[in-house]
Amino acid sequence: MVQSSGESRCPDDPYADIFSGFKGEYGDLIATLQMIQEKLGYISEESVKRISRFLRVSENEIFGVASFYRQFRFVESGKCIVKVCMGTACHVRGASNILDGFRRKLRIEPDQTTEDKLFTLETVNCVGACALGPIVVFGDEYRGQMLVKDVDETIEKIRTENEQEGGAIK
Amino acid sequence: MNNGLNFRQLEETKARILLSRAAWKSSITVCGGTGCHAQGGTKIVQAFREEIKNQALDGSVELRTTGCHGFCEQGPIVVIHPEGIFYSRLKAEDVPEVVTETIVNNRIVERLLYTVPKKKHRIISEKDVPFYQKQKRVVFAHNGLIDPTDIRDYIALDGYQALVKTLQTMTPEDVIAEIKASGLRGRGGAGFPTGRKWESCRSAVSDTKYIICNADEGDPGAFMDRSLLEGNPHSVIEGMIIGGYAMGASAGYIYVRLEYPIAVKNVKIALQQAKEYRLLGESVLGSDFSFDIHVFQGAGAFVSGEETSLMASIEGRRAFPRPRPPFPTQAGLWGKPTSINNVETWANVPHIIARGADWYSSIGTQTSKGTKIFSLVGKINNTGLVEVPMGTTLREIIYDIGGGIKGRRKFKAVQTGGPSGGCIPEDMLDLPIDYETLAKAGSIMGSGGMIVMDTDTCMVDLARYFLNFTQEESCGKCIPCRIGTTQMVEILTRITEGKGEEGDIERLESLAKTIKTHALCGLGQTAPNPVLTTLRYFRHEYEAHINKKSCPAAVCRALVEYRVVPDRCTGCQRCVAACPTGAITGPRAKAHNLDPTKCIKCRACYQVCRRDAIAGDAIKIVPRREVTDA
Repeated sequence: MVQSSGESRCPDDPYADIFSGFKGEYGDLIATLQMIQEKLGYISEESVKRISRFLRVSENEIFGVASFYRQFRFVESGKCIVKVCMGTACHVRGASNILDGFRRKLRIEPDQTTEDKLFTLETVNCVGACALGPIVVFGDEYRGQMLVKDVDETIEKIRTENEQEGGAIK
Repeated sequence: MNNGLNFRQLEETKARILLSRAAWKSSITVCGGTGCHAQGGTKIVQAFREEIKNQALDGSVELRTTGCHGFCEQGPIVVIHPEGIFYSRLKAEDVPEVVTETIVNNRIVERLLYTVPKKKHRIISEKDVPFYQKQKRVVFAHNGLIDPTDIRDYIALDGYQALVKTLQTMTPEDVIAEIKASGLRGRGGAGFPTGRKWESCRSAVSDTKYIICNADEGDPGAFMDRSLLEGNPHSVIEGMIIGGYAMGASAGYIYVRLEYPIAVKNVKIALQQAKEYRLLGESVLGSDFSFDIHVFQGAGAFVSGEETSLMASIEGRRAFPRPRPPFPTQAGLWGKPTSINNVETWANVPHIIARGADWYSSIGTQTSKGTKIFSLVGKINNTGLVEVPMGTTLREIIYDIGGGIKGRRKFKAVQTGGPSGGCIPEDMLDLPIDYETLAKAGSIMGSGGMIVMDTDTCMVDLARYFLNFTQEESCGKCIPCRIGTTQMVEILTRITEGKGEEGDIERLESLAKTIKTHALCGLGQTAPNPVLTTLRYFRHEYEAHINKKSCPAAVCRALVEYRVVPDRCTGCQRCVAACPTGAITGPRAKAHNLDPTKCIKCRACYQVCRRDAIAGDAIKIVPRREVTDA
């Protein structure tokens, strides 16, 4: 997850790099959180502490803002994030059956990660590809017009690929 | 590469771009919208690139990844210019043939042409496709022609000419008068007159003013804003610069929702290029007007589409709405006068300035002018984005453009306005659409989502879906919305589970009334609309669920049974393979058995059977009551 630290100025401290792009104003809070999640995968207690020092905002307040928005995760996610679109167009084409399919296959609920840390299941309000519903996004790959039977097939395929590639997704 | 342009140089740049392109024999445009991308669009681009190289056509053929063409159902879409040959559902394997035949030999590849469903003839040209024929594309006109990551494409099609006209010949007051005269109203849903909002912001006294482009397109089922930002970001940027000039703003923000990564990418590229061409920044096009635009990416909260919440979000806080007044045009972002307009509203501005308010107001109805983009989705043949003049009837959109209902089912209702809107039944299909007629029908224009539903859709389930959505997205600040929507979801869930009680409908109506009148912001005030409209037009479905414990559309899981129809079943065993619980058994070529005690109603068997010619539609989902009656 962490970018190759070879060229970075502070190889041990990813935060210094992240903060260097900001002025340190309150208005940077959401963008800082986004950047940390992008680089480090999730918002850890350490992340909140560091932002608190950088922006001079209480940890409490940072957590309040971060937990308000859907985007932020507080635990590490699996390698492949499976986002099931629950938009209206997907709903009328049976998205809830697709979601149930993933629940059954992965034995987890939305926002949970499988034990092998391969999959995280999430729902999303609408990815805006409504013409192709029901839609599921695997990592950054969109799959449209999903059928319930496709759920098992796709998961198995990703599992096999992951094993073949020695653990790397895509 | 460029030290920036003044007015004259922009004109020269345009001429130079056109000249440099005169050598191109053909231009291959591949749709790069999210829809086509999801269907393998990038592989098509790659295949074309390789094939052009293989056949040594580099100098004479241009390959362009464009914005969304709108006809997502037929993606990936490729259009070859200048002829406008329209190839749909293209696969990477087809690409060498297209290059050899169409580009080199000037022949059409028949099998890749679009065929109108139920009629056999193939259509060659994009403009002859029925989906496009009845549309009037103004805002969307160039989406399928330009590469959103190359400003030269926009300039070549008269881009930024409206800005030149504004800065050279108009005072800020002239611009506002023009927008007012055009009759343009907010495309984000509420339909507030844009000119009046601008005037209010203009007349506010302050040293700093802001404008915001609201691209937090939160309504599930609507994606026109995404498509505009992804496909033609400069039209939005040009509108914003003109607006900034008119209102005396120094900076603008584009608030893009989290789920639209391609839009964020393309807007950032477009802003960078606009700066290089001196269309943004210090002294725009050499004039004494300075203006800059920043991008802010949302973090995923439906309520941040509400204007006061959106501003709180940009300021780095939780997206809580606040009571108005003061209105944002008086005290908005960081307390400064701010005008917030929707993506599509901004994109309309350059057209109004370039072609005049008279032209614009000649399109549309008495109260609603111009065109509107709708995302036509759901159980319909031609899904995608359609742009039509205000006043077009629902029937024209759904049947003439949309090609009617998918499969053998019948039309039931169309949902407009997202979670704030409502469901419109069949007998109102001849309604000419504008802000007022939709409101009268109990729905709203909203941002333009249009979800078509067939007889397989349960209206109680749909109402539960929407209330569940608003309940989850309620920010929790005010009690009517936080507690009220939760109560409504509980009642609706109970009804869909067959546990509805007498008095539930009345309880829903009473809660709806309280929330509508007492919630703080638009999200809460409109949240009960999906329930109220379905109660108004489909009350019998609620009654069937409550009194007969039956779901007439056979959707609500607790109220249905799955059955095999023995004389239809060919015994092909596809459902046997698809069933995750082993509920379906039976030897090949004999009618299968479905054990209801093992069935979890996951729909896997139904889907494989229904879409399959061999299996023969032998799995039926029926309301439970029918089963017990039989």
